[in-house]
Amino acid sequence: MGRNAAIVAAGQTDHVSRRLDVSIPEMVREAVDRCLGSKDLNPGQVDAVVVGNMELFEGINFPELWMASAIGAAGKPLFKLNNGGTVGASVAVAAAHLVASGLYDVVLGIGYEKQSEGETQSAITTVGDPAWERSVMAGAIGNFGVMASTYVAESGVTAEQAAKVTVKARRNACLNPHAHLQSPDITVEEVLASRMLAAPLRLLDMCPSSDGACAVVMAAPDRAREMTPRPAWVAATETAHDTQFMGDSPKRLARMRSLIAASDSVYSKAGIVDPRAELDVAEVYEPASYAELAMYESLRFCDWGEGGSLVDEGVTLMDGELPVNPSGGVLSTNPVGATALIRVAEAALQVMGEAGDHQIPGVETALATGYGGNAWTEAVILKGSAP
Amino acid sequence: MSTTPPIDSALRLEYVADFEYSYAAGKFASRFMDALRNEARIQGTRCGVCDKVLVPPRPVCGLCLERTAEWVDVGPGGVITGYTVVEVPFIDPMTGIKRPIPYGFAFVRLDGADTNIYHFLEESRHDKISIGMRITAVFKPAPERDGTLADIIHFRAEGPAADE
Ligand SMILES: [Zn+2]
Repeated sequence: MGRNAAIVAAGQTDHVSRRLDVSIPEMVREAVDRCLGSKDLNPGQVDAVVVGNMELFEGINFPELWMASAIGAAGKPLFKLNNGGTVGASVAVAAAHLVASGLYDVVLGIGYEKQSEGETQSAITTVGDPAWERSVMAGAIGNFGVMASTYVAESGVTAEQAAKVTVKARRNACLNPHAHLQSPDITVEEVLASRMLAAPLRLLDMCPSSDGACAVVMAAPDRAREMTPRPAWVAATETAHDTQFMGDSPKRLARMRSLIAASDSVYSKAGIVDPRAELDVAEVYEPASYAELAMYESLRFCDWGEGGSLVDEGVTLMDGELPVNPSGGVLSTNPVGATALIRVAEAALQVMGEAGDHQIPGVETALATGYGGNAWTEAVILKGSAP
Repeated sequence: MSTTPPIDSALRLEYVADFEYSYAAGKFASRFMDALRNEARIQGTRCGVCDKVLVPPRPVCGLCLERTAEWVDVGPGGVITGYTVVEVPFIDPMTGIKRPIPYGFAFVRLDGADTNIYHFLEESRHDKISIGMRITAVFKPAPERDGTLADIIHFRAEGPAADE
């Protein structure tokens, strides 16, 4: 990168199933206000804005026009991204690159979704080419069912081990006031008894559908130090893609090529040799319980096939060796266009020491990932000291 | 500073967007579908660099970044490499109406292919399906075929059905 960039502020809405009380621009403005307000910043200090979501979910063309005033972007450079579930992390990466380039000193990054306003499973299904995949696919749930079946066959992971991921997520969420589903008393048995959606996935193995928004401020080094005592420095970013068709690799979840490529790259750039030992916390984009276990393996937190053991041993619990998703993760909160930015924002809050009741003590190095359809990955390493 | 007065009910505007789309499937899909409709043949393209046979057929091998070299026949038999049974209702974006559930669908690796296609399974009972299971394509009768992937109705377990 050219020069360093750091996240100095992060804010998000209180995520729920349906925000009936606000329009999309009003909801997004809430996240922006909370983000800027956390450091007494104002929209006038922002030089450029990057915004992202899943346009087909709400069915609105040019949504950034609707919110240009609400987010303080009128008269400023405003960039829109629209690349699937990864979009929120792409917003953060783009903001970091815009700052690192030297073109802008302070960039506001925004991700949002109002899933209650459209047909999200049907919209997701349009990721499939109509000639080949679309007539068979069943949104994210059907894809994950097939992907999870190959991961189970590959690793021998059990339904109980997957259920433990949901229990971890929804209990962690109780410590996060912004989380959508908070279930203090959830049990493995309850997950295993929930309704089957697409075997092996049950209702409680899947993320919810949420309305919400998230915003972060990315700043150049001198501005970052003025704005907050402990910025979250961007130590490394990477974007990696896979090929078009889901079936090009049946192990698209069990051996997630884009996640392996992106995480290996950021580990290398940040000088991380043993991620399980050197990362203090990870916020990963886990849309399904089985996916988090598979991601442990592709992220090299453990050997191939050991993802289930990691959750059995409690390694990724809040008080474990490497806490994963202390925020409650995607299994608790999923406004898709915001979801990957929430991962980056939560990682930044951990580094800045501002995560509140779900703060992990002494976080120096954090990983955040974005995920899109088993095909795209963004990975970001944040650190407490400038690279 | 004035505050916004509370509101009794949040206004919600319902609307239906009934758009129609028309998609040009391209040269490779069109050639594949012609052979499927006219001859019940399933084909892929072989990469001259990695030698892999790619289905769906495509002009470029995504990992080698080279143009594919030739068309080859694959299937109609193959194996299941991943599967599920969908039990959750949703609007089918191909038709605009709810797709019937439950239905089984799978990654199918056709004989002679190195990649997998998504397709329906005849079987919709989860415990009757497994990875590695041999299956074969069931084609529509020739007069009914229209040159889409639906000319393969679904894939059926090879040999006699287990317990019918
Ligand atoms: Zn090749």
